[in-house]
Amino acid sequence: MASNPHNSNARHGTFLSRLDSIDRRWIFLMMALAVAGPIIWVGITGKTFPETPTPAVQGAFDAIERLPEGSRVLVSFDFDPASAGELQPMATAIIHHCAMRKLRICGMTLWAPGGPLIGATFTDVIGNDPTYVYGVNFVDLGYQSGNEGVMKQVGTDFPRAFPSDARSTPFAQVPMLKDIHKLTDFDLLVSVSAGYPGSKEWIQYGVSPTMTGGKPLPFVAGATGVQTPQLIPYYPGQMAGVLGAIKGAAEYESLVNTKLRSMDSGKPIAPKFQEAQRRMAPQLVAHVLMVGLIVVGNVIYFAGRRKGAHV
Amino acid sequence: MSVATILLLAQEAGAESSTAVTWFMPGKGVLVVALVVVVVAVLGSILWARAGHSIVVRKIAGLDAVDEAVGRATEMGRPILFVPGIQDMDNIQTVAGITILSKVAKTAAEYDADIEVPNTRSLVMTSAREAVHAAYLSAGRTDSYNPDRIYYVSDEQFAFVAYTSGLMARKRPAACFYFGCFFAESLILAENGNAIGAIQIAGTAETTQLPFFVASCDYTLIGEEFFAASAYLSGEPDQLGTLLGQDMIKAVVWVMIAVVTLVATIAAVTESAGVTQFITNLRVSMGGG
Amino acid sequence: MSRTVAALVASIAGLVMVLTAFVQPLGFLGSAVVDWFNVLAAIAFVLGGANLLKMNLMKISAREAGWGYSAVTLAAFLLTLAVGILKVGVHPDAMHPNVAFSGDKEAVGAPFWWLYEYAMSPITSTLFALLAFYVASAAFRAFRAKNTAAILLLGTAFIVLLGRVYVGVLITSWIPADNAWVAWLRLENLSSIIMSVFNNAGTRAMMIGIAIGVAATSLKILVGLDRSYLGQGD
Repeated sequence: MASNPHNSNARHGTFLSRLDSIDRRWIFLMMALAVAGPIIWVGITGKTFPETPTPAVQGAFDAIERLPEGSRVLVSFDFDPASAGELQPMATAIIHHCAMRKLRICGMTLWAPGGPLIGATFTDVIGNDPTYVYGVNFVDLGYQSGNEGVMKQVGTDFPRAFPSDARSTPFAQVPMLKDIHKLTDFDLLVSVSAGYPGSKEWIQYGVSPTMTGGKPLPFVAGATGVQTPQLIPYYPGQMAGVLGAIKGAAEYESLVNTKLRSMDSGKPIAPKFQEAQRRMAPQLVAHVLMVGLIVVGNVIYFAGRRKGAHV
Repeated sequence: MSVATILLLAQEAGAESSTAVTWFMPGKGVLVVALVVVVVAVLGSILWARAGHSIVVRKIAGLDAVDEAVGRATEMGRPILFVPGIQDMDNIQTVAGITILSKVAKTAAEYDADIEVPNTRSLVMTSAREAVHAAYLSAGRTDSYNPDRIYYVSDEQFAFVAYTSGLMARKRPAACFYFGCFFAESLILAENGNAIGAIQIAGTAETTQLPFFVASCDYTLIGEEFFAASAYLSGEPDQLGTLLGQDMIKAVVWVMIAVVTLVATIAAVTESAGVTQFITNLRVSMGGG
Repeated sequence: MSRTVAALVASIAGLVMVLTAFVQPLGFLGSAVVDWFNVLAAIAFVLGGANLLKMNLMKISAREAGWGYSAVTLAAFLLTLAVGILKVGVHPDAMHPNVAFSGDKEAVGAPFWWLYEYAMSPITSTLFALLAFYVASAAFRAFRAKNTAAILLLGTAFIVLLGRVYVGVLITSWIPADNAWVAWLRLENLSSIIMSVFNNAGTRAMMIGIAIGVAATSLKILVGLDRSYLGQGD
């Protein structure tokens, strides 16, 4: 290869090799801009992309829609603030949907940092709604240590696993939990999970045992994008539906908001109930950036191979 | 414990009969059969291996590279980093990780390389110290063993990975081993190791994290290769017999999948009520819903 | 002798747990063993905390590289411990107004809540968000079409990356959605097919292999064939 700087091949090779050894902080900067730009754009315009629900998300929505008013739903908030960016919109949409359907909601968590998230979600969604009374329509059981041990225990003796709620009220004194003795006394189990213990363990220790006789427990899961492929094998056998990553949350939110609009067409939907849809814009740009980076990386690779073949 | 107490507890555990104790849990028959098959296959293979039959194991590049990685660290005068996952000792992956740690530590002791083991659980720290100490003992380098190299950092995964990233940036280990149960921190660990130019060998059974390790590490042990590692590295007949037992179980599962898939296809094509009912019963008995 | 006793304890505990899965009246034993483990893990926190203090104090006193971070770690650790254990700034519970420690330390506005909401939450969220940056740099560096398998991988990556966002819908919006023969070619549908068929098959196969590996490894530990976790070495 000539070292003449005026040789276009040499310039081309030098440029590509510089690009190949680019400081990764430039890539970090590109990603930061790819995410920040759309966030600002969505913040200003409020626009979101239309979402078409997949069968798995539709199944999750239908599982809650099928429940009669007053049914009891156990929601396990198995995530922490780290994954709240991906899972909080999911949890908010599920609680919102349950509240719209006038279902009785019981929140719990097996993750120690997840405890405050339950109360925060209830406050955010239900707020000061006078028709939703703590203890009667919803309750926060808080965190319980023991991972799968708790899951196994609630299958046979729920009050022993949670002797009191997060406000230290004894289990038996919470009106909506009066005749809850075991997990299958709930009408639906929902797990929003970021890892271990999470949806997979709920299927293994909570849901599957109910399927070999007796009353099968309907189950809906919401998981991070990384965890979703692990849960797909259980759909639709052990799960009525699964919300995968922020995309699944956006699809679910669009279903819930469509229903909300049909119930109350004049009222605008608060941004807090559109968080997942709002996050799809930065997701789009970030994905396009990833595809671009992969293409550029391969251009460099093939150019390097050709250069090597011509030497 | 009195019979009355056991009966009371059995009732609380949801026994169906109101007058007699149901000893065997309903719906667990298939699991019992599976358990028996596993035990017979594994223990039988171990006995077969002990009888002197040779067992050939295919090459696992990641494990062959352990010596190379430790040697590289020794030559460069830089330490070795070993992360045994972020779960506690009740996770079988952590136990498998500690098993591999003892082998890596022995090699490190023989090469006189420094090995550093940050942990997210105190019980794992204790177990790791025992494993490394025993490894140094068996290598005859007790004087080189430093228990302060195996320490606790934090139970919180991102606090742990923040510390480990800083450790990598400051001490620049030449070889990084990640063997155990990992979650979101796997990519951060592997990318940081890549950035400092370390040779990286990873092994985990977390299918969600394998793509990150494969993309960023030099060698990755995928799924059951990780559990086979202790057998591969030791070469003991007992351990190799376990691998043979696992393969036998896989063969049984393969045959079952093929047969049941064929029967289910026949049921779907012929729309035979009897065959369809059989498939449904089989699925329900296995907890498939 | 001590290692033999430890291996025996491990075997008995493991066998009890296996039995509790099948023998109904023994279900309480499983809960008891889990409770014992939780007690052990809780006590181990003290061991871990002491080790944390020792290691960081050693770094500070030796002025090792990065000792400032150790100082910050210790300060944060001791501050959080004090605020949590002493329930600093917590208002008494409404039902027990005269009892100083009756309030909930995680109540909104309490100092412990403040540490969770304004220190721990943003820091852990930020570290989790780092993954997006690292994935981008890993994609640029590692996703090269070096062989047929890599080409297939890249093709799949493009389909899933684009199919999961609106741009994928736009790119193949010209394909009729109501024609079953060609609708599957739309990127969002291809992405679903990849997840529900190909990924499903691969994940199930790996899960079966891993489950068998877990069972075999657990069996080795239960019958005492593998004691390396106790420090037996070879």
